Amino acid sequence: MNRVLPVLTVLTGIVVIWYAAAVWMNAAWVFDQAQRAGQEVTWAEVIPQTMDQPRPLLPPPHQVGAELWKGLFGQAVTSKRSLVYHGIVTLKGTMMGFGLGIVVGVLLAMAIVRFRVMDLSVMPWAIISQTVPIVALAPMIITVSSQLGLSGRDVPKAVIAAYLSFFPVLVSMVKGLRSPDQMQLDLLKTYGAGEAATFLKLRLPASMPYFFASLKVAVAASLVGTIVGELPTGAIEGLGARMLIGSQFGEPLIMWAALFAAAILAGLLILTVGLVERVARRRMGVPA
Amino acid sequence: MTALWIAIGIWLAAWALNVWLSASPISQTRLGKLLVPLVFGATVLVLWEGLVRGLGIAPVILPAPSAIAAKIAVSLPILWQDFAQTILKGAIPGFLIGAGAAFLVAIAIDRSPFLQRGLLPIGNFVAALPIVGLAPILVMWFGFDWQSKAAVVVVMVFFPMLVNIVAGLQASERMQRDLMATWGASYVQTLIKLRLPAAMPFVFNGLKIASTLALIGAIVAEFFGSPVYGMGFRISTEVGRLGLDMVWAEIAVAALAGSALYGLVALIERWVTFWHPSQRH
Amino acid sequence: MKDKASQPVIEARGLNLVFQTADGPVQALKDVNLTINQGDFVSFIGPSGCGKTTFLRAIAALEHPTSGTLTVNGMPPDEARRRRAYGYVFQAAGLYPWRTIAGNIRLPLEIMGFSRAEQDERTARVLDLVELTGFGKKFPWQLSGGMQQRASIARALAFDADILLMDEPFGALDEIVRDRLNEEVLKLWARTGKTIGFVTHSIPEAVYLSTKIVVMSPRPGRITDVIDSPLPKERPLDIRDSREFIEIAHRVREGLRAGHHDD
Repeated sequence: MNRVLPVLTVLTGIVVIWYAAAVWMNAAWVFDQAQRAGQEVTWAEVIPQTMDQPRPLLPPPHQVGAELWKGLFGQAVTSKRSLVYHGIVTLKGTMMGFGLGIVVGVLLAMAIVRFRVMDLSVMPWAIISQTVPIVALAPMIITVSSQLGLSGRDVPKAVIAAYLSFFPVLVSMVKGLRSPDQMQLDLLKTYGAGEAATFLKLRLPASMPYFFASLKVAVAASLVGTIVGELPTGAIEGLGARMLIGSQFGEPLIMWAALFAAAILAGLLILTVGLVERVARRRMGVPA
Repeated sequence: MTALWIAIGIWLAAWALNVWLSASPISQTRLGKLLVPLVFGATVLVLWEGLVRGLGIAPVILPAPSAIAAKIAVSLPILWQDFAQTILKGAIPGFLIGAGAAFLVAIAIDRSPFLQRGLLPIGNFVAALPIVGLAPILVMWFGFDWQSKAAVVVVMVFFPMLVNIVAGLQASERMQRDLMATWGASYVQTLIKLRLPAAMPFVFNGLKIASTLALIGAIVAEFFGSPVYGMGFRISTEVGRLGLDMVWAEIAVAALAGSALYGLVALIERWVTFWHPSQRH
Repeated sequence: MKDKASQPVIEARGLNLVFQTADGPVQALKDVNLTINQGDFVSFIGPSGCGKTTFLRAIAALEHPTSGTLTVNGMPPDEARRRRAYGYVFQAAGLYPWRTIAGNIRLPLEIMGFSRAEQDERTARVLDLVELTGFGKKFPWQLSGGMQQRASIARALAFDADILLMDEPFGALDEIVRDRLNEEVLKLWARTGKTIGFVTHSIPEAVYLSTKIVVMSPRPGRITDVIDSPLPKERPLDIRDSREFIEIAHRVREGLRAGHHDD
């Protein structure tokens, strides 16, 4: 209760401001129309007309809601106009990128912790890689992969998503694999444990809380990467492509619905990963 | 094929050099810590060059580093114009406005735990959303020029900054706030002398994240409409014409700009939060 | 100074303090009656949860009593705080890492609006008082734990509060450093004539330092014994081997044990 009330208050505030902004921004169009028709309009007449324009500058919440509802439940999920269909395409790309990102991140972290030369050579470049705006690479990755004969966008999208999501995993895993202190390492040495045993019995379990904590960030980054991968010219499937189509055909409602569908997808993904993290932590006996 | 073998040979030799360097005491020095990654980076370029030449890869798939360098050399005016449009006019003003706005909002809600409890979960959630999706809408509102790019950057930067600043303002220790209370310090005095300095590590953490987001936002926004220059515009049109050397030239500029912005933030961080354990050496 | 001695500075009458926690109310202080006079060195000793820190915090107006009266210099603690009656020293030094030692000592002076010249003068004086002259330009993390704690005492002394409240100031330091600092605190007390409230776990520390020892026990937090020390004001470290010292220590220990019987 203590947390719900403030959040609801702020959300209500946002909706109120949104409506006010919608009236203010869409009114210009109404006045414009009236002037062309040579009519005088009062604000009392204007306000209703700002609420359901076909191409509003800013659609009010209920219009976005209706469009979102229509996109999600208004048609068969196999339809090209269904947001569920496009959402699944985006989800697929996100999961592929997420998986790839985890594998790359974990393997790199293991190598970096084990070999000092990897640490010194690769770690600085891993950091620099994140300061490179990946979106600059996105169009090129897509053309190149089609040049290489890879049809479809799954691979390039996954590559872009993985590029964004491997980094949080890498950083957390390096920290986690290094988290056992000298005393714990020495103890295993007194048992005569070899390198493999030290890794399996100490370093790997010790790194797990770090690993799960990084997943939430990684999955959100992966979704951003996937959507960016769907943006550049020529995409027809996925939520990013819906935004692009809305933009090109001047259909703001399509853009807004796709944007909110993406937000819902992000929420679901973060929730799911959070749940997995909670279960994993409980199994390892860490208080959630 | 010989080019490829030479490149692989150089790669192996350089890797062996790095293995030796990492094991030697040189790697403990500042020079060594700079040298090893530089050697690694240089060998990646050599290997790339060798691969392209040795395997005869078509320039429409992957141009050689030498070809990219040549393209950069002859396109400096265009690259500068694109850089000025996207980074100087789009990314940096948006970055400053977004961070500044987040700062003001954080201070404004600082005295209301109610608003903080309401805004923080929402801010945390929004910070994880694909906000780049707002780009087409903001381009529609603010037009094709840099204003819309800056607007996208403002929105992208705002939420991660807000979350970090609010967390930072809560970072001072209870004991230190108690001390301030025993001295009869006012709210403003406690804010300026204790809580803001204590918040700085968090603020810079946010600024570092924001510096990368700023570039992403400015470039993506150009995919949805821009004047006939700008880094995002150039990349998408050159990709269409299969002018990949120019695309790579722009990517090099973007990488340089991104690293420079990040480096600048990290440098200021070192100067401001010299006292923080992570900055002491 | 002499004529002001034995004038009550802190008076608690029927003081109760109840914390509301998730597990229900906790009586941190129950019916506490105590008078502290000008120039007293009072130690509060007892096991954790006996309310010794809570009482000190109540004096400094960091906690607010549920019932009863508490006056400092004849006024409520909040009022006394506004008049800068307290210097407070916590267990951890609590120095700001972004300020130098001198900058830390200057901090309360800045807040209280002293002039720049006076800030410099006072900072130099208290640095000398705690024997840290020459360390003003260092940062806290460049100093040892004992030196940090001395700096935090200097900070509490800088604005000349009448009352110095110390909450286990040497609890985190090793025995040898602690002995030295105990000696220094006594010297400081003799030189400045301040009233000192001192929370500790250690029986020898309490007996060595105090003119008055307040023994407390937990659940609910209350005073079980108040011992006026007959030891002279001048106290070399080896006074701890004297018979009087051992007798007082014994009485404190008995008091602590008696408090425990109720469990």
